[in-house]
Amino acid sequence: MSRFLRHLLLLLVALPAASQVDRVQDIKYPPLASFNIPQPQRIELENGLVLLLLEDHELPLVEATVLVRAGSGYDPADKIGLADLAGRVLRTGGTEKMSGDQLDDWLEGRAAAIEVGVTEDAARVTMNSLKKDFPDALRILADVLRRPAFDAKKLEVERNRAVSNVSRQNDELLEILFREFQEIVYGPDSPYGWTETYATLGAVTREDALDWHRRLFHPDRTVVGLVGDFSSSEAERWVREALGDWPRGPQTKLAAPAWRERLTPGIYYAEKGDVPQSGIIMGHLGVRRDHPDYYALEVMNQVLGTSTFSRLFSNVRTKKGLAYAVGGQVGTAWDHPGMAMIFTSTKVETTGASIDALLEEARNLTAVPPTEHEIDTAKRGLLDSFIFRVDAPRKVLGQQIQAEFHGYPRDWLSRYRAGIESVTPAQVRDAAARHLRPGEFAILVVGPTQGQDKPLATFGTVTPIDITLPQPPGSKNGR
Amino acid sequence: MSRQAVARAALALFALALPALSQDLKSFEERTTVHKLANGWTFILVERPAAPVFSFCTVADVGSAQEVPGITGLAHMFEHMAFKGGPKIGTKNWDAEKKALDAVEKAYTAYQAERLSPKSDPKKVETLLAELRARQQEASSFIDDTGGFDNILAREGATGINATTGTDDTRYFYSLASNKLELFAFLESERFLHPVFREFYQERDVVQEERRMGENSPFGRLLDQFQITAFEAHPYKQPVVGYMSDLQSFTASDAQKFFDTYYAPSNLITVIVGDIKPAAVIPVLEKYFGRIPARPGPQPLRTVEPPQDAEKVVVVEAAAQPIYLEGYHKPANTHPDQAIYDAIDDIFSRGRTSRLYRTLVRDKKLAIQVGSFSGYPGAKYPNLWAIFAMPAFGVTNEQVQEVIRAEIARLQNEDVTDEELAKFKTRTKADLLRAIRDNQALANQFAEHQLLYGDWRELFRYLDRIDKVTKADIRRVAGETFRKNNRTVAMSNTRTAAAKESTR
Repeated sequence: MSRFLRHLLLLLVALPAASQVDRVQDIKYPPLASFNIPQPQRIELENGLVLLLLEDHELPLVEATVLVRAGSGYDPADKIGLADLAGRVLRTGGTEKMSGDQLDDWLEGRAAAIEVGVTEDAARVTMNSLKKDFPDALRILADVLRRPAFDAKKLEVERNRAVSNVSRQNDELLEILFREFQEIVYGPDSPYGWTETYATLGAVTREDALDWHRRLFHPDRTVVGLVGDFSSSEAERWVREALGDWPRGPQTKLAAPAWRERLTPGIYYAEKGDVPQSGIIMGHLGVRRDHPDYYALEVMNQVLGTSTFSRLFSNVRTKKGLAYAVGGQVGTAWDHPGMAMIFTSTKVETTGASIDALLEEARNLTAVPPTEHEIDTAKRGLLDSFIFRVDAPRKVLGQQIQAEFHGYPRDWLSRYRAGIESVTPAQVRDAAARHLRPGEFAILVVGPTQGQDKPLATFGTVTPIDITLPQPPGSKNGR
Repeated sequence: MSRQAVARAALALFALALPALSQDLKSFEERTTVHKLANGWTFILVERPAAPVFSFCTVADVGSAQEVPGITGLAHMFEHMAFKGGPKIGTKNWDAEKKALDAVEKAYTAYQAERLSPKSDPKKVETLLAELRARQQEASSFIDDTGGFDNILAREGATGINATTGTDDTRYFYSLASNKLELFAFLESERFLHPVFREFYQERDVVQEERRMGENSPFGRLLDQFQITAFEAHPYKQPVVGYMSDLQSFTASDAQKFFDTYYAPSNLITVIVGDIKPAAVIPVLEKYFGRIPARPGPQPLRTVEPPQDAEKVVVVEAAAQPIYLEGYHKPANTHPDQAIYDAIDDIFSRGRTSRLYRTLVRDKKLAIQVGSFSGYPGAKYPNLWAIFAMPAFGVTNEQVQEVIRAEIARLQNEDVTDEELAKFKTRTKADLLRAIRDNQALANQFAEHQLLYGDWRELFRYLDRIDKVTKADIRRVAGETFRKNNRTVAMSNTRTAAAKESTR
């Protein structure tokens, strides 16, 4: 059929339309087609490895996500950056069968990738490939997990990168702001507040990397998720072949990373002179995601600062024109408390005015509790946008694997809607009072001193923070 | 169209033979409907019913390249204003608000005239500013926050609500559940039927802060200097966000004029992808978007960048580690050689197997990151091929430059290998596959290609051009492009303590 005919036909088939509405309230929405959240298949191997499988045959692609309990939370205080360095060399250093360079060639020649990223709670190894390369890529992925070579030369490439990044730690305003704030909130003794230094990176040896892998990479500390164009039974067989004989690890308990429960409230200031703006962040410790107030906080956060209709966005940005970037929330994390924080960046001349504006919104959340309309908007928005968290198998798997890894209920994702629906205005009010406490805020400002509209001392005793980088050992005037 | 059809299309993409590629295009043609309204607005509907959702991308054929000094940043400013609602969205009383907004504009004009006058009287400026503030406050009293554009979208569960402005175009996009198509049609037609410049001057302050955020970043400052230096005449030299003095001076009336010129329906394309049926959608589009009267489109851009005939170098000093950047003028991305530039990009700097990663990062350890991009700062007009590197700690920009130049010479004097060429072709095909797997990404890609080439099919036809790239092509283009007199170098060097003293 020619396109013209097809077009004509479409127009003829079309039903006579009702007239257009004049107000958004007059739009009548037809019922939404039903949609079932795709459920991954869960298999626990004899060695304790948990495998999640979800088929998706739309495109000839496969993705793997492997989470291993080998996060930077286990870094020793004198070797901060160990997990990050070791994680990178796990991949770039090659395996017993393939050198790092051969691995690079093999993957990139097939438009495939294996990458490692380390957070406090996990080493995350991801793989993606075309369908036709999947069985081979999976075998290589298993080798990376089980038999990494930690090539000494590649360790030096990665160390060079990490050390150079230390030298760049003070180049970006917002990087300084978030880094220093994490330390203030979690404390200088907590891995959640740590940043690599020349000294801690210099202390990491190849033996440390090998030891990191020996201690932490075991099947019973690992969850593997596969999503894409495969048959589950076949994929299961391949995983069993590659990882089924991986022996369990020792049953030793490792100390979980700690953090401090209470920070010292007040105002903190780090000077950065060569920028037009001040970065401002304020807050304290948040809560873990399995806190009973989680759903109430999700709603509250929409009202406070995670949506475009939020109070922070509409008051600080739209009405007062103080900032482009502004936001805030009581943050939650899977296995430790997130951060409750409000942040913005504004021209130096409105630093004080912006601190006032952020504090006002924080106080108003309890002084002028969220209205019924605000709560209704937040709840409807969260409920009606939930479909976008589950409309593709890869999105579902990405969330399910986190819940599995952190020991959350298996129906964690499908509980979400009911959780949001049940939230009452009173719960939001109470959650706000409990979890956002302006009186206990640490307020951190990073930016120029000259040009500030009011002295920072107006907001309390100022604790200066020295962000000067120490010179690396053995260097004179930066080489 | 079923998910299987998408799979078929994708499989075809990976077959080696060329006829299979056209088959793939055919499968997309089967579920793509192009519908042009009488007023000139082009709609492209792509059926993809895997989940009951849809995404759209509206692209306006206007970017910062359409600006002249005095109104730089206005394309981006208009994009911000397109979230402010209209006479039916976000107002308590439109007639009264309209009068109040006219009064704001009058007060602003008076204030601005005095402020910018060579014999400006500070006292008068202050009085006029107070008057302006009063008028603004009055206008704001008519704003209905709970019924505003952002508020409606948030409440209805829209996701990924945003817009972007570039040198070449302005894009508006979000995703909704598929039963809310009429909401999309209502909001998006109202948006371009009669925009309202509510809180224009407050939003102008927001945009100034957006500009300052860019200035916080040493890389952002370097990029600004790079394009200002590389272009002599073409508006690609201007920053998309605009010059600060323009951001402090352009008016709501300027924005209205800009809208009238560049937002004619014939200058707009909308791509909708998802669980939609053209037979049901087209009448809705006709009903809502058909209300917008046709008007003449804008004149084409006049200024053409003259050939460069001298090397240009700009050095920025910053309290930050060094950054290296160099670029060469090249034709617009619609030129047949574009696939060859993309090949050079891939071989030069993509991934751990690229030439510059292996020499600069792995072997010599002179840099920690290297990347190149082709089509800076835009794609529609002749632009730049550029390469950047982050020198390792203790390494100078000059050391990095030397290696980059040696690699460029190698590209000019020796053929690339079969493996390099094959890898480029494989990766580019896989990129396309990964770029179209979600509705929003597919909508953006179709919109971009429809705008740039006048046909969304070019997204797939590009693969034919990729397949034809030869080693000889790469040597020819490298020879033509990487010449000293066609080059602009931009470096950010670490400011030394002494230099810091002397600038104060």
